[in-house]
Amino acid sequence: MENASTKFEIDKLNLFYGSFQALIDIDMTIYTNKITALIGPSGCGKSTFIRTLNRMNDLILGVKTTGLVKFDEMDIYAVDYDVINLRKKVGMVFQKPNPFPKTIFENIVYGPKVHGEKNRDKLQEIVEKTLKEVALWEEVKDRLHKPALGLSGGQQQRLCIARCLAVEPEVILMDEPTSALDPVATSKIESLLEELVEKYTIVIVTHNMQQAGRVSDYTSFFLSGKVLETDKTEIIFSNPTNKKTEEYITGRFG
Amino acid sequence: MKAYEKIVEKLIIVCAIISTISVVLITVFIFRSGLPILMNYGVIDFIFGTNWSPTNGNYGILPLIAGTLSVTLGALIIGVPMGIASAIILSEILPGKVARVFKSAIELLAGIPSVVYGFFGLIVLVPAIRTFILPIVQLVVPKATTTGFSIFAGAIILAIMILPTIVSISENSIKAVPREFREASLALGANKMETIVRVIIPAAKSGIIASIILGMGRAIGETMAVILITGNMPKIPGGPLDSVATLTGTIAMEMGYADATHQQALFAVGIILFMIIMLLNAIAQISAHGLRGNN
Ligand SMILES: Nc1ncnc2c1ncn2[C@@H]1O[C@H](COP(=O)(O)OP(=O)(O)OP(=O)(O)O)[C@@H](O)[C@H]1O
Ligand SMILES: [Mg+2]
Repeated sequence: MENASTKFEIDKLNLFYGSFQALIDIDMTIYTNKITALIGPSGCGKSTFIRTLNRMNDLILGVKTTGLVKFDEMDIYAVDYDVINLRKKVGMVFQKPNPFPKTIFENIVYGPKVHGEKNRDKLQEIVEKTLKEVALWEEVKDRLHKPALGLSGGQQQRLCIARCLAVEPEVILMDEPTSALDPVATSKIESLLEELVEKYTIVIVTHNMQQAGRVSDYTSFFLSGKVLETDKTEIIFSNPTNKKTEEYITGRFG
Repeated sequence: MKAYEKIVEKLIIVCAIISTISVVLITVFIFRSGLPILMNYGVIDFIFGTNWSPTNGNYGILPLIAGTLSVTLGALIIGVPMGIASAIILSEILPGKVARVFKSAIELLAGIPSVVYGFFGLIVLVPAIRTFILPIVQLVVPKATTTGFSIFAGAIILAIMILPTIVSISENSIKAVPREFREASLALGANKMETIVRVIIPAAKSGIIASIILGMGRAIGETMAVILITGNMPKIPGGPLDSVATLTGTIAMEMGYADATHQQALFAVGIILFMIIMLLNAIAQISAHGLRGNN
């Protein structure tokens, strides 16, 4: 745990939506094969931050980013950086389950197909493997060719995680992946995270303090676009340095 | 509020009834006027007869059906890819402001009266086909001839006329595709084009199909522009540079001087037109359903 290698190294990251500064001088390290939780009150910039890690903010008009975001030692905002390749390695799971209006099968093979995999047997193999990884295989193996939108919310979210795994990423970014789900579906996804972290690096935004405490290795507390405190989760939750962090965690504001 | 809603509801019902009755009345009228000759002349002879010369008592409308279908098909071949491509460019590629300028330009096309399209075709397109296209075609087919009044001319003009319908309906349905789908696709490492082709168009396809059906309806029903530029020759065409007469064009051209039987025959042409449109709508709906079922 002490000498974990780093996946992302973020240095003095600033982000502007037009003239509004949403992220201010963010410094952070994201460790390989660890779960990093991002917490903080609504509007503090958690989603904005997590979306800088796979450059999804590029889609928003008028966004300007300064500072350094290094992924495997490479500056991902360098002009010649290959964004497509970045997004292959850094997958994302969204707050609202967003399967494509296609079959379960087609959802999962979407990424591999886009990246050139044509072999039917190989695709079939990917579908089975990833669905097993997210513990959805038994539930859907008889209806792989039925619409994904016919699944329950929790199943859809696990499908989205499987779809993301199918591209064989190194990192999975999750922006409040369980906020649209009931407690049972949530606990399934949480236990899934514990298995996934063996192979992947996970960054998760959550509003649920118990969730952050339960699943994460590291926690960063965001407030008004700044990271106030970032440390091992036990420390953040038991002995935070910053008074604001403590107040937020104990539910006194936020 | 309640009373007001009741009144509005009643009004809507009345409107619905009036439009339904109109449709029924028009249908009954057309069928009553046209059915007798269909029976006397024989439905098969009427539909599959290849000779349309009402003055000699020959009422075979196959040439007219061929005319309408060829011009419509040509318009779709040219107009559908153009329309869908424009819709994609407008909604996905051009920045908002520029897109709005182009979009209003395309919508303006819908406001031009069809006789103006016909006139434009007559003055510009027909001579252009005769003097520029023909020599090129003759390099390949030395014996080719054309007056310029042709399926090709009609197809081009109709393609432009159906463009606003296809573009605006397709564009709306593309815009209605939730942002989440785009984000999901891009986050998986797909590029913009892959996202458009593999996610956005499939998700928008029922709207795109609807736009094609409406465009096709417009092309089949269009009369004025077609009269001016297709040559009005009731002959089964051998190629895109041949002149044709369409179902609608023939009714409009001949109704003025038709005697009793001839008039009945024109109503019978109306019946056939009616059936073709019903049939196409049915096919389109079935295919739209089939596609949706596949999802
Ligand atoms: N596209 C945008 N354009 C302009 N401002 C934006 C945009 N997206 C977010 N913001 C602003 O940036 C700030 C941070 O937003 P962000 O969505 O990152 O917050 P968050 O921490 O994820 O909040 P929540 O917990 O509610 O999801 C907010 O003040 C928000 O209003
Ligand atoms: Mg958020």
